[in-house]
Amino acid sequence: MNQIKETLDCRGLYCPMPIVKMKKALKGMAEGEAVKILATDPGSKRDFEAFCNKTGDKLLESSEEDGVFTYVVEKGGS
Amino acid sequence: MMSEKKKMAIIVHSGTMDKLYPVFMLASAGGAMDVEAHLFFTFWGLDALKKGGLDNAKLPGVMRVGTGMMKGRIKDANVPTLPALLDMCNELGNIKIYACSTTMELMKVKEEELIPEVDDIVGAAAFLDIAMDADVQLFI
Repeated sequence: MNQIKETLDCRGLYCPMPIVKMKKALKGMAEGEAVKILATDPGSKRDFEAFCNKTGDKLLESSEEDGVFTYVVEKGGS
Repeated sequence: MMSEKKKMAIIVHSGTMDKLYPVFMLASAGGAMDVEAHLFFTFWGLDALKKGGLDNAKLPGVMRVGTGMMKGRIKDANVPTLPALLDMCNELGNIKIYACSTTMELMKVKEEELIPEVDDIVGAAAFLDIAMDADVQLFI
């Protein structure tokens, strides 16, 4: 089970801020711990997929409701 | 399993705001994605590395007069300023900033006039050495 350690409110922020903020949060976490991000930038969907594709972190959730995107990313092993 | 570390190399040739934004946005996004970003500032790009240079960057040509308005929009959209993006890059720790030694001579720029974030002063061969192994190479 993943454990959400932190929730980041990135609503109103645009690229590259959401992923930079997420990276900062992940840096302080252990493998298996997760961060939840709320965002409104429509580009973030593809950005979060690409981020996890490259870093080895896991995108556990990616959803949208009323223009707000929710992502849950679990820190992978490095 | 994480793939092996990727690298990007960008020649920063322009010192205008419209070109510096993509440079620092790509570098910070890359840095966040564990991509090592190497930025080589040459010609007008070197102006951005002078103390206060990033803050003073203007829009190009006649659009220069609209710089203040653009800065206002950037602020309204919660987009970081160029100096704030530089700080973010620094904090990420995997973004390297190089000043072109020939440009420094051409433009009569002394090392002490450059911001402390500059990692090294290098020539073309040093950049090519990095760029040849890089997965992304851009000229902006």
